[in-house]
Amino acid sequence: MSAAPRYPDAAGHAGIGAAVTRREDRRFLLGKGRYTDDIQLPGQAWAVFVRSPHAHAAIRSLDATRALASPGVLAVLTGDDVAADGLGSLPCGWQIKNKDGSVMVEPPHPALAQGKVRHAGDPVAMIVAGTRAQAREAAKLLEVDYQPLPVVARLADAAGAAAPLVWDEAPGNVCFDWHLGDAAATDAAFAAAERVVSIDLVNNRVAPNAIEPRAANGWYDAVEDRYTLYTTSQNPHLTRLLLGAFTLKVPEHKLRVVAPDVGGGFGSKIFHYAEELLVLWASKRVGRPVKWTAERSESFLSDAHGRDHISHAELALDGSGKFLALRVRTLANLGAYLSTFAPAIPTYLYATLLSGPYAIPAIYAEVKALFTHTVPVDAVRGAGRPEASYLLERLVDKAARELGVDRVELRRRNFVRPDQFPYQTAVALQYDTGDYEATLDLALQAIDHAGLERRKAEARARGKLRGFGISTYLEACGIAPSALVGALGARAGLYEAATVRVHPTGSVTVFTGSHSHGQGHETTFAQLVVEQLGVPLENVEIVHGDTDRIPFGMGTYGSRSAAVGGSAIVKAMDKIVDKGKKIAAHLLEASVADVEFAEGKFRVTGTDREKAFGEVAFAAYVPHNYPIETVEPGLEESAFYDPKNFTFPAGCHAVEVEVDPETGAVEVVDVAIADDVGVVINPMIVDGQAHGGLAHGIGQALLEECVYDASGQLLSGSFMSYCMPRAADLPAFKVGNHATPCTHNPTGIKGVGEVGAIGVPPAVINAVLDALAPLGVTHLEMPATPEKVWRAIRAAGQAGRAGQTAPATPQTPEIGGAA
Amino acid sequence: MATIALTVNDQAHVLDVEPRTLLVELLRERLRLTGTHVGCDTSQCGACTVWVDGKSVKSCTMLAVEAEGAAVTTIEGLAGTHAGAQPDPASHPALHPDLHPALHPMQAAFQACHGLQCGFCTPGMVMSAAELVRRNPRPTAGEVRHWLEGNLCRCTGYHNIVEAVLAAAETPGGAR
Repeated sequence: MSAAPRYPDAAGHAGIGAAVTRREDRRFLLGKGRYTDDIQLPGQAWAVFVRSPHAHAAIRSLDATRALASPGVLAVLTGDDVAADGLGSLPCGWQIKNKDGSVMVEPPHPALAQGKVRHAGDPVAMIVAGTRAQAREAAKLLEVDYQPLPVVARLADAAGAAAPLVWDEAPGNVCFDWHLGDAAATDAAFAAAERVVSIDLVNNRVAPNAIEPRAANGWYDAVEDRYTLYTTSQNPHLTRLLLGAFTLKVPEHKLRVVAPDVGGGFGSKIFHYAEELLVLWASKRVGRPVKWTAERSESFLSDAHGRDHISHAELALDGSGKFLALRVRTLANLGAYLSTFAPAIPTYLYATLLSGPYAIPAIYAEVKALFTHTVPVDAVRGAGRPEASYLLERLVDKAARELGVDRVELRRRNFVRPDQFPYQTAVALQYDTGDYEATLDLALQAIDHAGLERRKAEARARGKLRGFGISTYLEACGIAPSALVGALGARAGLYEAATVRVHPTGSVTVFTGSHSHGQGHETTFAQLVVEQLGVPLENVEIVHGDTDRIPFGMGTYGSRSAAVGGSAIVKAMDKIVDKGKKIAAHLLEASVADVEFAEGKFRVTGTDREKAFGEVAFAAYVPHNYPIETVEPGLEESAFYDPKNFTFPAGCHAVEVEVDPETGAVEVVDVAIADDVGVVINPMIVDGQAHGGLAHGIGQALLEECVYDASGQLLSGSFMSYCMPRAADLPAFKVGNHATPCTHNPTGIKGVGEVGAIGVPPAVINAVLDALAPLGVTHLEMPATPEKVWRAIRAAGQAGRAGQTAPATPQTPEIGGAA
Repeated sequence: MATIALTVNDQAHVLDVEPRTLLVELLRERLRLTGTHVGCDTSQCGACTVWVDGKSVKSCTMLAVEAEGAAVTTIEGLAGTHAGAQPDPASHPALHPDLHPALHPMQAAFQACHGLQCGFCTPGMVMSAAELVRRNPRPTAGEVRHWLEGNLCRCTGYHNIVEAVLAAAETPGGAR
């Protein structure tokens, strides 16, 4: 390889901490990746879905005569067929309880619409044909007679008394009305507060947009009476479980789910979608494998969206700027149907994070979740935590402005201090460790905060407004202790499973329930094996994504793979070492207690008598000289790791922007972040995860939004109209790290996959508001598009001329600033 | 049906195609060259970028019949266009022989700089970037970002892609 690596040469070390280049890269770089749509089965047939053009309508009639007569058509399947064959409703994996203890409204979610459609894109019929082109042609010939019905498409309208109902069983469109925290204590703290600062914010709705569209290829093998599904999934075992127990209703041993190479997920590929069920069902009906691949415009109408909150928050402070209490009211959009994890996102992944990195003695949050005639809303990168960090970090900045306190200093004053861990928040979580000042200082240094005023002056001379913003975020990942989440409404355990198979010659295959769709597990998980068993990297293989090969798994989401999946692998390797010691003790004629294992060798403590790992593995499979009475042959161990707590990555994201006051265009000119993600297996991969999250977060802050019109049409429904971040929209990123290892898992890992998307959006908007402060602009919503910024500048200018300037913007002295 | 003659990765083909067939459909479905990906339906994402007579083209925007007489290079053929690059010694010894051809300097740089994560945008990104460096052997970071505006990546935030393109440009022979 000719290009120089950017990380220091690890001198052959390939264990924890080494920036090993990725082992999966060659197949991708040579065009040899195998994604779902690449898989072509013998006799392959194609499916195309006919989707509702209306956001809300009754299906009066459906005539498939012409479609069925179209060349190559094998079947036209509808909601009636789904019902007749007894396919189950798509299930929801989390049940939230209302304030009064009653349970949320849980409407049915048929795989194909039955009687009514409830969002534009709701699937009405499935056309199966010999080729994709034939299926598309036939889809145009299906005649559906819709009776359009009144629509509620926007969250802000859904709670109104006159709002049309998405579900008759959900009055006021309320799915649940939930709360967390101590209302009385919070009220008391507010009553005693010297200052109260409030904010109203919208968290914009976003589309996940993994570059690989979702796809599914289902095959029913009549000879074996067995189903195989290839699907773009982040968690094939969960998909198998839901297919088996709820939708297809076939026992798991008759089901194989394979998630091969998957082209990004960002949450959207966690959920069990109708198409996965339907291709399997259709395959049995037509006697051929059936494949479906989404077109991008179809992805916008069928992948679960994210965010979509409207919130009001109030922060109570004492005279010295100490936070006393926080009160939050949020409306959350769930869309038309409950997606797999939807209810958990605006509740236990959101309100529990409202303390951020701060010591806030009392917090009370109320979340009302509403149905609308839109695509279901569920987890997208960050899932609840970006909504919490955005709300809190915008509010803290506003408090600093209103109190005339430096915003960095206000944060320092309220951080949970290192001597306060474990820290019990007012919203149910207990933080195990962290050092929030350390990451704050690192980020400020990296962005040369001391030079800010000079850069602002220099920008002014060029006619630009420069602004600085930070967010000191905290998130929770490593989801999650099963008993805890079970008590909170989860209908699944959230452990992870691993099997470590040592082969007779000492090479190792790891079967993991985590799934890699860009995270690089084939490299990082192998590094765990190198570190613990002392086996060379090339002798380790990581297997994931196939329910026939891997015993079980809960999959990859919530930045859990390394913290939970990695811990399961480590636990399985602990068992390998324990058994290996017994075998080695026999071979070395020593007592087990005297055998130690390090750097791939079992050694009698204090001697040079040793057996290499490979020798012990060989003995385990060729047990001629072996403790056969007490130890079984073979060397393979499995572990299920159930986390003891969440992990709590945290850090500081610092951003500088320049705004063109003539056009409203915002340029992100500098981003410096410092994250505490715990122990890092591979710094190159960890930095890459942070980069991707930053782009995602900057996209939400400045570019991305799912816009619905009043009739429920998604106006930003393609890459022509939905603004994805492009290379020229982003600067180079400065990424720093300060680890306080997680205290309760065997690896010390916290998780990194989502930190960028969680931390950076408020930093960007805080920076834009800082840039616009001299013009009197005090508020902006995401995405801060040029139009929105330009209008805010104009409005502030008019208000100023009319002598009715909105809240005066105090000059905020910056740390090390204008000296 | 129309009959077209073209070469793909130096291999000559004469094929009957429906006139509506897109070049990307011909590559993926007829020739089973599945390294060229489809990520959108509006010619925005660039995952389907290939070279037609040496120029990068989004193969979803071109009919197969328009490639009559053309020389098409896909990601599967890129490594073969560059004889000088050495195989990566860190590569897995057990890899299938198909995975062993010497990498083009752009491919090697993407690996060295961690310029890919899920790998889905990567073929198009590499094909586009390799053409940039051939046209402009010493691009600035800004020129790289501007050139790549027709290629979307959701994983990397582009940071390491830019690093990779700059690194490839500095590689002797990288501008080939």
